[in-house]
Amino acid sequence: MTYNANEKGYYGQFGGAFIPEMLYPNTEELRQNYIQIMEEPSFKKEFHALLKDYVGRPTPLYFANRLSDKYKTKIYLKREDLCHTGAHKVNNTIGQILMAKRLGKTRIIAETGAGQHGVATATVCALMGIDCVVYMGEIDIARQAPNVARMKMLGAEVRPALSGSRTLKDATNEAIRDWINNPVDTHYIIGSVVGPHPYPDMVARFQSVISEEIQSQLLEKEGTPNPDYLIACVGGGSNAAGTYYHYLDNMDVGIIAVEAAGKGIHSGESAATSALGKVGIIHGSKTLLMQTQDGQITEPYSISAGLDYPGVGPMHAHLYTSGRGEFISVTDDEAMTAGLLVSQLEGIIPAIETSHAFAIFDHRKFKPDDILVINLSGRGDKDLQTYIDYFKL
Amino acid sequence: MKNRIQKKLEEDKKLVSIYFSAGYPNLNDTVSIIQDLETNGVDMIEIGLPFSDPLADGPTIQESSTIALKNGMGTDLLFDQLKEIRKTVSIPLIIMGYFNPVLQYGVENFCKKCQEIGIDGLILPDLPLDVYKEEYETIFKKYNLINIFLITPQTSESRILQIDDASDGFIYMVSSASTTGAKQGFGEEQDAYFKRIASMNLKNPQIVGFGISNAQTFKQATNTAKGAIIGSAFIKMLSQKGTVGISEFIQTIKPVS
Repeated sequence: MTYNANEKGYYGQFGGAFIPEMLYPNTEELRQNYIQIMEEPSFKKEFHALLKDYVGRPTPLYFANRLSDKYKTKIYLKREDLCHTGAHKVNNTIGQILMAKRLGKTRIIAETGAGQHGVATATVCALMGIDCVVYMGEIDIARQAPNVARMKMLGAEVRPALSGSRTLKDATNEAIRDWINNPVDTHYIIGSVVGPHPYPDMVARFQSVISEEIQSQLLEKEGTPNPDYLIACVGGGSNAAGTYYHYLDNMDVGIIAVEAAGKGIHSGESAATSALGKVGIIHGSKTLLMQTQDGQITEPYSISAGLDYPGVGPMHAHLYTSGRGEFISVTDDEAMTAGLLVSQLEGIIPAIETSHAFAIFDHRKFKPDDILVINLSGRGDKDLQTYIDYFKL
Repeated sequence: MKNRIQKKLEEDKKLVSIYFSAGYPNLNDTVSIIQDLETNGVDMIEIGLPFSDPLADGPTIQESSTIALKNGMGTDLLFDQLKEIRKTVSIPLIIMGYFNPVLQYGVENFCKKCQEIGIDGLILPDLPLDVYKEEYETIFKKYNLINIFLITPQTSESRILQIDDASDGFIYMVSSASTTGAKQGFGEEQDAYFKRIASMNLKNPQIVGFGISNAQTFKQATNTAKGAIIGSAFIKMLSQKGTVGISEFIQTIKPVS
């Protein structure tokens, strides 16, 4: 059994490409070419050179001494927060901008929720001198002003998504509509392991540099490439997919996904898709999603804008339903408290998304000789205002 | 047994087809809109089952879908409103929507219900050809429902042939690379596309949709195609004039026969 995508983009029963015919030529062009392009030596060379010299990879695997002491287990942190632009998102946007160039595309569109993927996309478009339009929900534009300013400073046009609930889900709809209207010259850089095939697999492959580095770094430090557990937060699930990728079929390594319970799984204000979702179609992918009995997609809630998505990538839906992954959801309060604790024990202020992964210790015990790798997917600078408001700092 | 869509396609005329969102402008307008459309000589109707995230639609249909959902429209309610529709209406009726609500209802249950009511076909733009063939074709056929596929100016010739082969009614020919309601008038590009498709001599007739808003675009589209579907322009009219405007709107579009 494999936990990776098959050639049609299915992870078990999840995935595929449930797209209107208008999107078929675009996704088909990508599907036919993405693996071949990614395997080209010249592509690999350019991708890895940019990851090294521009993004600052490899990111360190850091043994968190005081955190390990507190929880009586061995905790390593994969420092994706040290990537240029402050999170793992840029691994994917570097890959996709190079892909877009090879496909002869001259215009880039993207969706963003909190603005991290938008900033990472605007960054690589500036780097390559390509026009960039980022769709962002009108409500998110209002609550993420610094990232909107960053995108503008990087030369991107930020277009408000005015439809529906005016957040990430709707920004994604608007980006897809833009792609329908501009099928020839435009590449859509999706920010997570969501959307129609080949996006989930392509984004996972670009993010898999994370698990590739963990293997060699852990071997050096512990004499084995295998931790006992990999832990990552999951919204759409791109940082988690990158963390798990090279370990998916390695049953010696446990996989733990932490979702956002918001104000509590049964509060009606939650984004815990594995617990609350049912099988359905969102943004061209068959996966678990939060919806009404009638199949209308519902609005999630999390204090973290990056986890505020009503679906989850098809890889994760499969990890959950097959039992390969252990899915735990933590509340806003647990995540915020964990974020403060990590700041004060390790001197690292994590993004609120990442703080959710650290709240695992409220829910689960580990043995003293267990080796854990937690993906520290992003830094908390963008979330300062939320931390300030929450803790009355 | 021939389906009403197939019989309608045999008539020697250009077909006027209208799309509207069920539950818009008011929750209980569905049946009266359908009856008014038939009375005014419309040949076929696409009844939109509203969806929260209509990816292929422009602002007009997004808005009508959102309002319809706010009004309380849903799958069960739509079926309930339509349960006696065949007592008064005889033209082909098609349900158009996105795949997720159908999947949640259960594809077989949905199809069965459609047959009971007298629905003749479904248009589900995000149900892809390969998935339909592998998983659902036998169910659609069992309930005598025609599944209608879309093609666009970017659809390759080989894929058009596959779609033609999988179809047994008409092909929904999307006029341009766009979401619904985006275009204002057709240019040379569309004319060339309409001619190109006509010259393929497909076994299924084509009905053009997206960008048909008045008599002129209707005429342009049906120079070669069998008919045309008006959606956003009809919904805009409803939002301005309400259901009393239906008769006048249809008369301005309909070809003089």
